[in-house]
Amino acid sequence: MDAATQLPEISPRPLIAAQGVGVRRGARWLIENVDLQVHRGEIVTIIGPNGSGKSTTVRAMLGLIAHDAGRIDRAPGLRVGYVPQKLAIDWTMPLTVRRFMTLTAQHPAAAIDAALDEVGLGAFSDSDVQVLSGGEFQRLLLARAIIAEPDLLVLDEPVQGVDATGEIALYELIAELRSRHDCGILLISHDLHIVMAQTDTVICLNGHVCCSGTPQIVAESPEYRTLFGARAAEALAIYHHHHDHAHLPDGRVVHADDADDHSACTHPEHIHDHG
Amino acid sequence: MIMDEFLIRALLAGVGVALIAGPLGCFIIWRRMAYFGDTMAHSALLGVALAVLFDVSITGAVFVVAALGALCLIALQRRAPLSSDALLGILSHSTLALGIVIVAMMTWLRIDLMAYLFGDILAVSWTDIAVIYAGGCIVLGILTWIWRPLLAGTISAELASAEGLKPERARIVFMLLMAAVIAIAMKVVGILLITSLLIIPAAAARRFSAGPETMAVLAAAAGSAAVVAGLGGSLVWNTPSGPSIVVAAALIFLMSLVPGRMRRGNAAGGGMQ
Repeated sequence: MDAATQLPEISPRPLIAAQGVGVRRGARWLIENVDLQVHRGEIVTIIGPNGSGKSTTVRAMLGLIAHDAGRIDRAPGLRVGYVPQKLAIDWTMPLTVRRFMTLTAQHPAAAIDAALDEVGLGAFSDSDVQVLSGGEFQRLLLARAIIAEPDLLVLDEPVQGVDATGEIALYELIAELRSRHDCGILLISHDLHIVMAQTDTVICLNGHVCCSGTPQIVAESPEYRTLFGARAAEALAIYHHHHDHAHLPDGRVVHADDADDHSACTHPEHIHDHG
Repeated sequence: MIMDEFLIRALLAGVGVALIAGPLGCFIIWRRMAYFGDTMAHSALLGVALAVLFDVSITGAVFVVAALGALCLIALQRRAPLSSDALLGILSHSTLALGIVIVAMMTWLRIDLMAYLFGDILAVSWTDIAVIYAGGCIVLGILTWIWRPLLAGTISAELASAEGLKPERARIVFMLLMAAVIAIAMKVVGILLITSLLIIPAAAARRFSAGPETMAVLAAAAGSAAVVAGLGGSLVWNTPSGPSIVVAAALIFLMSLVPGRMRRGNAAGGGMQ
């Protein structure tokens, strides 16, 4: 990996592509005419208000619900890692962190340890999943999704139940995973601020695609400002703001000039080779 | 000598059923299907009535009726404007009542209703035992085969299917397995008590289990212990065998709640630094 100081390469052929996709419930179209592509090495973020069809779009693309219009193409043999929006594990099921990692496929112990270490949960491998905090559980979901080395990582509101600092760390972790595993990432977020800085393409959704493009282009577009109002300007400011420090998964502060810097640089053009 | 043999048959049958019921019962608890299982079991009496009416195998008829009942429930849950809770309540009791009515209408036949409702483990034959163990091997074999998609689908059906598993198919196969267990276990504990043999040992096993697989094995063990204790008790105090087994299972569950040093439970918290 010597892709240092430049954007991860984006391959021309999309991993998954939606073209004019629509989903209908009775007479009402939940989403209509949605175009969306995710390439390898790219982070695509869908933003939009509640009820704008973000989850519907993603679920249609994953084939979890049928679409009533348009077409969805997946690269042949596409491996998907999924972090669903809601996942609560009842106390009635005894489940350790380690066992949770092999939920959908078997993996060698070394791979499990490596994936847990990657998200900072190495010390928790024998804990019950129910004792994890919100942020730890979200990182466990991430580790579980990446362990099979998926081509496409789909994250539906991955920062739920995570406080503000944890949110930043989590988005940075996601960007890091993208460059380390060279997968495409499709992300849903209602949170404009932090997500913009870690994203290559933003799709602004409200039943249809209002606007899309680089965060810069979207943030400056009038449709985006209409949709999100005053918060929009704020998000733009955040996008231009440079962090001088970041947080490791366990909350420790890391400054940009630290030798063991993991994630201090939040901007894509500053992504280092961490290997 | 004769005493010994019927006791051995009863023990073999009871333990066989417990071994099958434990692992399945875990899924019933995890998926919150206790009432669903009850409804399927109640529909079994309708199966008994139909089997007698058309002179076919009772075990086979119970399996078919319970399986059809489960599939109807799944279909109704998808479209009916009622909550599944209400639906289960309606189906559970109407199938039970219908079964009793049909049995009563067949005046030319003498059916021991109590044996079907509460089981008659002391009357099992060697053929019954063969059915229990052969059926049990098939049920547990299929359960092992669908284990991963079923478990993943229990935690999140969306996650499982997004990653290429078939949780919906696993769920339907699981319903069929439940129907099979009801058909097999009916003779041992009876229609009204089958669900307890599924659920109570699994619930007792929860606290001592570190993972889902351990819980399945421990549930089978707890159920077997309940059968042995319950049968023993029924001989000593001359109580009905099916209910005695359930009472023993309930006692084992209560014992599992007694506070004491947990086998594990150290959360490994704060291990980051």
